[in-house]
Amino acid sequence: MSDTLRKTPLYDLHVEQGAKMVPFAGYQMPVQFPLGVMKEHLHTRAAAGLFDVSHMGQVIVRAGKSYDVAALAMEKLVPVDLAGLPEGRQRYGFFTNDQGGILDDLMLANRGDHLFVVVNAACKQADIAHMQTGLSDCTVEEISNRALLALQGPQAEAVLADMVPGARDMRFMDVATFASPYGELWVSRSGYTGEDGFEISVEAAQADAFARALLAHDAVEPIGLGARDSLRLEAGLCLYGHDIDQTTTPIEAALGWAIQKVRRRGGAREGGFPGAAVILDQLENGAERQRVGLRPEGRAPMREGTTLFKTDGAGDPVGRVTSGAFGPTIGAPMSMGYVPAALADPGTRIHGDVRGKRMPVTVANLPFTAANFKR
Amino acid sequence: MKFTEEHEWLRNDGDDVIVVGITEHASEQLGDVVFVELPEIGTQVTKGDEIVVIESVKAASDILAPIDGEIVEVNEALIDDPAKVNSDPLGDAWFFKIKSADPSQMDDYMDEDAYQSFIG
Repeated sequence: MSDTLRKTPLYDLHVEQGAKMVPFAGYQMPVQFPLGVMKEHLHTRAAAGLFDVSHMGQVIVRAGKSYDVAALAMEKLVPVDLAGLPEGRQRYGFFTNDQGGILDDLMLANRGDHLFVVVNAACKQADIAHMQTGLSDCTVEEISNRALLALQGPQAEAVLADMVPGARDMRFMDVATFASPYGELWVSRSGYTGEDGFEISVEAAQADAFARALLAHDAVEPIGLGARDSLRLEAGLCLYGHDIDQTTTPIEAALGWAIQKVRRRGGAREGGFPGAAVILDQLENGAERQRVGLRPEGRAPMREGTTLFKTDGAGDPVGRVTSGAFGPTIGAPMSMGYVPAALADPGTRIHGDVRGKRMPVTVANLPFTAANFKR
Repeated sequence: MKFTEEHEWLRNDGDDVIVVGITEHASEQLGDVVFVELPEIGTQVTKGDEIVVIESVKAASDILAPIDGEIVEVNEALIDDPAKVNSDPLGDAWFFKIKSADPSQMDDYMDEDAYQSFIG
């Protein structure tokens, strides 16, 4: 492996546990453990899975000691209601460009006197530069001395509460700080699997011991990027660079729910973010194409890049699959992709080109598996 | 049993009928198999033809016809239970049987010792 690839604080632990390491977004990351992708996926839905997401960017945005000033500044870059986000709460959002495309998707939290932001690994440097340029009155600090772990699944609460009892009282998208034997933990009740669970920021020097303490529970198995991908796809969640990118708007991507009323037309803080004209127009009038769930007939997965057609006969392509895999929990193949609005209704039968054959596929509601959040 | 560099195994069941599957090494590399597409019985195949598609949780891959001949039987059980390819690659999870047109083509392939050193 190349010397230029970075290691997370959990690298040695992954290797010790028999992980298959692969390059991902500039890091050496575990793609799977000896359990294998299928069992890791099922274990996360049945008990609890521990994921290393330390490659993601953790960023603190400050405006003196005022969350409100930082939030209003950030509203110039994201179409989300941040000024109205209560202390101790988190929201999903995205940076947009002038064409209404998505530069990255991210989590934004009100941590009292500052805004805490978690961004995708591959976009980290660009996002930080974007914030430094766009948030002139704020300081933008990358937190490089902390690891980030996700503990996901129905047993996650019991496992974490064993160490920090306060975790039990958190609801979905709450954020809190806890003292622990492994130093201060910054915890959010969230994740990217569709399961209940937590994302936990821990000092890099304590991360290995913290992870070992969690893995000491019978319920917890280490989970790699392979299962992380099939879990998020079953949960109907977008992967940046695949399902969303600079050419897809939030409305095309069916992410309009993340734009609160106050930022929409007629709202008190309408627009004011890059691409607002395009995005707010699409929010009212619809977009020409839409991200949808797709259920291929039979067992063959329709993977990313599969071309979609209206019929099994002649005609131009109407869309493309952006993620596709076999869903271990649903026991069937599943995909997401973009289709024209006229073909976006659930139940619409279209076709995908798999190895030169037109295979039937039905537009389906997302998520493929019901979410198990603790609201 | 003989082995190819593409990690297939071949076993002569008599009457020049050759059973073909993939090795344990191949099934480990593939990861969990979720879908198998088999050739039609009666198909005439030429060595090197792509005749089976295997989809695992990671990717799609092909099995090539290791010899010339006619497909005389396929393992339909793999269609409903592709995970057999991971649990019993050398036994229950054979893929197809070829009536060999030229059994001497088998001689080109490795024996078990040679295959073990090939995969190192």
